[in-house]
Amino acid sequence: MNPIIEFKDYTFKYRAQKEPTLRNIDLTIYPGEKVLIVGPSGSGKSTLVHCINGMVPFSYPGDATGTLTVKDKDPAKTGIFGMSKIVGTVLQDTDGQFIGLTVAEDVAFALENDCVPQDEMFSMVYDVADVVDIRELLPNSPTELSGGQKQRVSMAGVLVDDVDILLFDEPLANLDPATGKRAIDLIDKICRERSKTVIIIEHRLEDALYRDVDRIVVIGEGRVAADCTPDELLASDILIREGIREPLYVTALKHAGCTVRAEDHPQHIETMNLDSCKDRVKEWFEEVELPEPKPKKESALEVLDLDFSYISGHPVLSDIRFRIEKGEMLAIVGKNGAGKSTLSNLICGFLHPDRGQILLNGSDIADKSIKERGQVIGLVMQNPNQMISKPMIFDEVALGLRVRGVPEEEVKERVYDKLKICGLYPFRNWPVSALSFGQKKRVTIASILVMDPEILILDEPTAGQDYRHYTEIMEFLKELNESLGITIVMITHDMHLMLEYTDRAIVIADGQMIADDTPANVLTNESVADRAYLKKTSLYDLAVRCGIEDASGFVERFIYYERTVARKTANEGTADGVSKDGNAAGKKVTSDGR
Amino acid sequence: MAGRLLTYMPKETWIHRLSGVSKMIFFLLWSITGMLTYDTRILLLMLVISLVIFKVSETEWKQVGTVFKFILLFLCLNLFAVWLFSPYQGTTVYGTKTVLLKVVGDHDITAEQLFYEFNIMLKYFTVTPVVLMFIVTTNPSEFAASLNRLGVSYNIGYAIAIALRYVPDVQADFTKIKHAQEARGIEMSNKASIPSRIKNMSAIIFPLLFSSMDRIDVVSNAMELRGFGKNKKRTWYMGKALERNDYITIGFALVFMVAGLAITFADGSRFWNPFS
Repeated sequence: MNPIIEFKDYTFKYRAQKEPTLRNIDLTIYPGEKVLIVGPSGSGKSTLVHCINGMVPFSYPGDATGTLTVKDKDPAKTGIFGMSKIVGTVLQDTDGQFIGLTVAEDVAFALENDCVPQDEMFSMVYDVADVVDIRELLPNSPTELSGGQKQRVSMAGVLVDDVDILLFDEPLANLDPATGKRAIDLIDKICRERSKTVIIIEHRLEDALYRDVDRIVVIGEGRVAADCTPDELLASDILIREGIREPLYVTALKHAGCTVRAEDHPQHIETMNLDSCKDRVKEWFEEVELPEPKPKKESALEVLDLDFSYISGHPVLSDIRFRIEKGEMLAIVGKNGAGKSTLSNLICGFLHPDRGQILLNGSDIADKSIKERGQVIGLVMQNPNQMISKPMIFDEVALGLRVRGVPEEEVKERVYDKLKICGLYPFRNWPVSALSFGQKKRVTIASILVMDPEILILDEPTAGQDYRHYTEIMEFLKELNESLGITIVMITHDMHLMLEYTDRAIVIADGQMIADDTPANVLTNESVADRAYLKKTSLYDLAVRCGIEDASGFVERFIYYERTVARKTANEGTADGVSKDGNAAGKKVTSDGR
Repeated sequence: MAGRLLTYMPKETWIHRLSGVSKMIFFLLWSITGMLTYDTRILLLMLVISLVIFKVSETEWKQVGTVFKFILLFLCLNLFAVWLFSPYQGTTVYGTKTVLLKVVGDHDITAEQLFYEFNIMLKYFTVTPVVLMFIVTTNPSEFAASLNRLGVSYNIGYAIAIALRYVPDVQADFTKIKHAQEARGIEMSNKASIPSRIKNMSAIIFPLLFSSMDRIDVVSNAMELRGFGKNKKRTWYMGKALERNDYITIGFALVFMVAGLAITFADGSRFWNPFS
């Protein structure tokens, strides 16, 4: 069989960069294969995909050596339009890529550009809509759809062209876990039933492996670091070396002292051969001690019987009631559109509840203005670009103080202090535009911290970040929590974040609070996980399969072990999130080159 | 998010079913007629037709209310300014002077002036409902398609359609950014003075610009990847051929304009004079 995509000693350098982004790539993909490409941000995996669909060199110019053929054509000669007949690309940002005013038009977009007559277009759109099950959504506006539906619409938009190769750029990035699972299922179905070649770029490896893939290609620093089957990859140490998160059950097995072998088929925990591991895992479970539960502290924020609706009779939130203690690190979780953001809007005073109270340090804040609340409760938005309004870093961080009329001397002192905490002191005179995404996020956090809030609310603090950046941001937040005693509330649908960094999770589904419990209990409770569109953690399956009855206890021990033993050894000497002098952070300047 | 201000709302009326192009031609001819004539009889007739069209299009008050109030305010200002700067314009036009009320010095209120300004008001009221109706009953994509059919480049048509497509997104971004900045202590409500509010607006505008720029980047990549701009021509999913009703609409607007202007200018003047 002839390869459909073939890189031979391929090197590519962007015009604006000194060093090549891809180096000596040798990669062969055959028709009908399903290949997963993993790698940290800046490793060149997006560039690899852009070479295949022709964006490189047409939209992103640069120089290439070596050869690349896609279905016997050279993308650099065929052009983006020519390649669009062979390769369909589903972009990461499902919101941004919609073009049409209705779903139907969006699906038909490629056909319109090809001058397909209108009546043919109708039947083609209906057909492809059936494949991804969006027939009844055709007249809707794309903005009205949920994350999962949006993604199916984008898939329909490329499938309508009858391309041979489908490229998915981080398809799971904006989806809650259960929806992500459905997306992977659908991609698998399309790959098999329509015999397409599928390439998925994703750093959420465990979720992407929910359905079989033929091969995993690991890209590290512009080179192919591994090209093997999932089983072989999981049995090796390549993932850790390249800074990619292993599936949790694999980590747990390693903690227990088991060897993960390819012949045991570790790709799926449900079918993996665990005969040699069971006893070890059980022993480990009994060995690990749990810490004493923390004593109760006074409450920082209390929400009592909160109701809210935009249109009366259609409650968005009802009967929400919880208490957050001082110095807690807590997650509010639930599927997209469950009312999580509405809740944070109510707490910050952007919206007003129909019923119920919000107590801050024991007193009602109903009559406090947005500005007054803002001094105590800091809100950090998901996208730093939506917050940054000054071109220079210093001015941006100083903004909140200046508008409050703080004397310039004091402003300088407080801003420098917070810049040091956030590891941004060396860049204090830089323009914001010179920073990477993760650094911009720190700027927004610094600009909130400068007002000395007691509570920090973060909306999806790690969305779209790879493992390294994720760890960097989360370790930083943890330091803030531990050293400054700031209460941290994170709105998220990232289960790893919730497991690894929070002590408690408040689960909201369809406007109701359905759980207020430890992350371990939430993620091992099937009915809660189902209703909130979360996914049971694979640790649960591992525990059950090893014959451990207290699955939640197993998860708790795993988390505790991770936080104490494992992380200490892994992080020895590196990534101290908060540095007092700011010099150490200076070395962490990342080249987020894409 | 139904009933957003000044956005297209699909409904089942014959006006919604008309092609965007015929509605635009109607609107243009109608406005020209309204602007040229000062013949009160014709303006009154146009007002009645406008209101009937508005009613038939099932446009709801909440879709256009705010804009209508704004136009009303502007109209009042305009009428007052005309009286302030040329209080005897009506006398010049109609040739007589009937003082109704002495105000101050050289500023009397005359029957002729009132009648003249009444005509100006009528002009506003004949055109406004038609403009608003055009915006809320025309599907932007279909409009882009019909513009293209009239020979306008599809790039221009698509630019209009996609701008309209992003209006709700930008509105949502705006609210989000405004909230975040308010929480940082930037006063955006009417507690702050107007100059400082204007200055503070920059705290929203910049982030809004940057996040919109991100959007443009993504969407232009997405469009290119799916072949936009490949051919000189393209077809339209939402395209609509002109139907009988479209020709009737265009025909009516043409005949009305010719007849209206003929009657207006029959006596050699744009004005209909009840005072002589």
